[in-house]
Amino acid sequence: MTFSPELADIRFGCGLSPDIAPPQSVDSMLEALQARDEMAARFPIPLFSEFQPRIAEYRHAKTRQRKAAGTDDEVALSEQARAMGIAASQDMFKWYGQTVMRWTYTSSGLRERLVAFWTDHFTAVGKLGLFRNAGSPFVEEIIRPAITGRFADMLIAVTTHPMMVQFLDQQVSVGPDSIAAQRAKKRNLGLNENLAREVLELHTLGVEGPYTQTDVRELAELLTGLALNNDWGYSFFPRRSQPGPETVLGKTYGGDPSRIEPIHEVLRDLAVHPATASHIARKLAVHFVSDNPDPALITHLTSRYTETGGDLMAVYAALLEHPAAWHPELYNVKPPFSFIASACRALAVEATQMASFRPNQVAHRMVVPGALMGQHWQRAPGPDGWPEEDSNWITPQGLSARVRWAMTAPRLLRPDLPDPRDFVGKALGSYASEPVRFAAAAAETRAEAVGLVLSAPAFQRR
Amino acid sequence: MSDPISRRAFLARSALIGCSAAASPLWTPVSFAAAPWDTRLVVIILRGGMDALDVVQPYGDPDYQGLRTKLAGGPASGASDLDGFFALHPALSPLMPLWRKGELGFVHAVSTPYRNKRSHFDGQDLLEAGTDTLAVGGDGWLNRLLQQIPGVEARTAYAIGHDDMKLLSGAAPVANWSPDAELIMSPQAVRLTELVMQEDPMFHAALNEALLLSEPADIDAAAMVMAQDDGGSAMMQMTMPRPVKGKSEIKIAQFAAEQLRGDARVASFSINGWDTHNRQEANIKAALTRLSDTLLTLQEGLGDPIWQNTAIMAMTEFGRTARENGTGGTDHGTGGAMLLAGGAIRGGRVYGDWPGLSEAALFDRRDLMPTGDVRDVAAWIMHSATGLDQNRFEQVVFPGLSMSRKPGFLL
Repeated sequence: MTFSPELADIRFGCGLSPDIAPPQSVDSMLEALQARDEMAARFPIPLFSEFQPRIAEYRHAKTRQRKAAGTDDEVALSEQARAMGIAASQDMFKWYGQTVMRWTYTSSGLRERLVAFWTDHFTAVGKLGLFRNAGSPFVEEIIRPAITGRFADMLIAVTTHPMMVQFLDQQVSVGPDSIAAQRAKKRNLGLNENLAREVLELHTLGVEGPYTQTDVRELAELLTGLALNNDWGYSFFPRRSQPGPETVLGKTYGGDPSRIEPIHEVLRDLAVHPATASHIARKLAVHFVSDNPDPALITHLTSRYTETGGDLMAVYAALLEHPAAWHPELYNVKPPFSFIASACRALAVEATQMASFRPNQVAHRMVVPGALMGQHWQRAPGPDGWPEEDSNWITPQGLSARVRWAMTAPRLLRPDLPDPRDFVGKALGSYASEPVRFAAAAAETRAEAVGLVLSAPAFQRR
Repeated sequence: MSDPISRRAFLARSALIGCSAAASPLWTPVSFAAAPWDTRLVVIILRGGMDALDVVQPYGDPDYQGLRTKLAGGPASGASDLDGFFALHPALSPLMPLWRKGELGFVHAVSTPYRNKRSHFDGQDLLEAGTDTLAVGGDGWLNRLLQQIPGVEARTAYAIGHDDMKLLSGAAPVANWSPDAELIMSPQAVRLTELVMQEDPMFHAALNEALLLSEPADIDAAAMVMAQDDGGSAMMQMTMPRPVKGKSEIKIAQFAAEQLRGDARVASFSINGWDTHNRQEANIKAALTRLSDTLLTLQEGLGDPIWQNTAIMAMTEFGRTARENGTGGTDHGTGGAMLLAGGAIRGGRVYGDWPGLSEAALFDRRDLMPTGDVRDVAAWIMHSATGLDQNRFEQVVFPGLSMSRKPGFLL
C-alpha cells in the first residue's frame, strides 16, 4: 500500500481530470500546498474584510427602514435593503461556481479538500443579515490561508471572528456581573454558553474530552466581551466581560482588566491538549481514509500532532506517509458537493460556460440538487457540520437525487458531452470495471451513458 | 388515468421485477403481507432540545415566574390553560380541540439517561439508540421493536425526509424515503444503473429501494394505464432533482399519512429548529407552528377511522435550562417533555411527576429535574399498540429499562 498518482487525486484530491496530471509524489503534494494559490487568483472570491462593508451597510439600511416605518420613505428604504440582499445572494451563487471551478482546474486537489475539511470542522453558518451570504468570503480569508499553519492560529482566528461569533450567539453573551449587565439590570443581560460549549466539544477536545459543565461555564465567562460592533465587525468590549479570572481545565485565565489576550491563551492551550490531538487526528483519518480507519494511522497522526504542537503541515505529512492511507479499495462516499464538483472536473466543464450561468441556473443545476442529495451548500444543520458516515449519504432518497442529477445535469454543464467510451476511462482510471464500461457503451443516449459513469460507485467513492 | 407519472413508475417497477427481484434484499411480493398489528405509530424527533417549560408552561408553580421574565408564560401571556397548573404555548393553540377531545397529552419532566455533557449530537444518538449508554454503531430502538415482531417487511415502517433517523436503523427492513425523491427511469436505464451498482451492496440496496418506493401506491391503477397505453418511451424523460412545492413538513406528514392508510404501521421523521439559545420567543413559535401543522396534517390525511387508531409521540434529546439566559433564550438542559397525540392516546392530561422548580429541586441547580424516562413512555405505548410482551421491551427494545407501573397512555 503505497503512493499512487491516481489515488492521490481520487482520495486526497478533487477526482481525476481528463486534462490535468495527478501529483507524482507525496512531496509534490505537500509542496503544492505551500506554493502560490493559483486557483484563488484564477477564480477569485472576495475576502471577508472586503465583503464586511456590505454587511454593515445592509444592517444600517435595515435600521433606517425600521425607523422610517409608517413614513413616506419606508418603501424606498425597504427596496434599497432588498436590492442589497438580492445582490449578495446572487454573489453567493457566483462564488459557488468559482469554488466548483477551483475543484475542476486545480493541480493541488489536496488544498481544496483541506479547505473543505477545515470549513466543516469550523462550521459557521450565517444567521444575521448579510452574514447569510458571507460563507465563501469567510473561508477565503480565515480558513484557506490557515490550512498550512498551526491549528492554534486557525482556532483563534475562527473563534474570535464575527462569522463564528454570530453563528454561536456570542454577540449576545454578557458577563452577569459585568459593567454592562449591572448598568442595564432591566434588560436582564447574561451569559450564553453556545460558543464555549462548541469550542470544547467540537473544535478542540471532542465530546469524549476531559471537560465538565463547569469548564463550559467558566470558558463562556472568559469569552464574554467578544462581540460584534455597530457595523457587525469584530470587537472586544471589556464592559461586557465577566470580572475576575476564570478556570478552565484547572488553569486560571484572565482577571481585571478584561482583555482579549487571555481568550487567545486558553485557545492556545486547548489547541495543544492531548485530547485535541487525538480528536483532530481521528477526524482527518475518517475524512480522508475511511469511516473506520486503521487505529495505527490515528496513533501516528496523534503523535505527530503532539510532537509538533499542532503543526498542520507535519500532520498532513504523517497522513500521506502512512501505508494505511493508500489502500487501493475506495471506501468513503463523496458528500454531495464533492460529488458534483468532481463530476465537473471529470467533465472538464469550461470556465466560460460556468461564468455564463445566471445565479438561478447555478441554483437549479447544482445547489438545489446538492441539497436534495442531503447537503445544503453552506447550510450545515448544526455546528458539528456534515456527517462522515457513508450510510448517511447513500440512502434511497439521496441516491435517487444523485442518479437523477448525473443523468440530467452534465449536458447542461457541458453541452458537447464527451464520448462515453472515452469518458469512462478518464473519469474512473483503473477503477473502470467491465460492467461500467459495458453500461457506458450500451446506454440509449450519450447523456445517460455519462450519467451511468458518474453514478458508478467507483466514481462516488474515494 | 392518463397520469404519465403512474405509467412511467409502473414501467420502472416492471423492469425491476424483470431483472433484479431475486437480487434485491428489499424486494417483497406484490401482495403485501397482512400488517402485523393495527395501531399506527408515529415517532417525531424534535432535534435541537425543545424547551419543555415554554411549551407546557407550569404557571401554577410558585418558582416559575421568577425563572422566566422575557419568556413569561401562562394564560396571562396568551397561553391556553390546560388543567389549572400547566398552560400550552400559544403557537400550539390550534391543537386545543384535540386536547379537549382527549387526543392530545403531554408527559412532563422526562428525559433519556443522558446527563451532564449536554451535547445535541450525543443526546440525539442516545435518544435514538434507546440504551443507557452510547455504543458506537448500534441499532435504534424502533428498529429493535420491528425485529421482535413476525411479519414485518420493508413497507411496515418508514423513515421519512432527508435526516438520518437512527432510531429506525438496524436489522429489520425499513423504508427510507422523502416525498421529493421519486426516481423514474426508462427500463433500459434501470437495468444499466443496476448493473453499474451491482457489486456495491450499499449502493445496490439503496437503488432498489428507491425504485421500489417510486412506484405509485395504487399498483392496479398503474397497471390499467399501462394496458391502455402502447409504450411511448419519449415520455420517460428524467428530471433534475427539485424540491416538491409547499412546506416540507406538510409534504412529509401527507406522505406519512398516505403510507399509514395502507400497510405501513410505523412512520418516523424529524422536526428541527428547537435550539433556542437566542430570541426564543420568535424561534420556538416557528418550530411549534411546524409541529402543530404536522399533527393536523396527519389527522386530516389519515381520516377519522385510522386517526382513532393512531398514537403519535414527539420527543427531544433534552430540555433546556430552567432559568432563561441573558439573551432571551435558554441553554442546553436535562429534563424535558414529550407530546402524545392521536385518537388512540388517552390525552387531555399532563402525565409525569412534577419535581418543582425551586433551586434545590433543579438538576444541577439549573435544569428541570427528570423524574421519568422517555423510554418508559415509549415502551408502554408500543406495548399497548403491538401487544408485544413487556419483558421484550425491558430486555431488547430498551435493554435495562425497568418499566413503571402501568400508566395507561393508550385507550
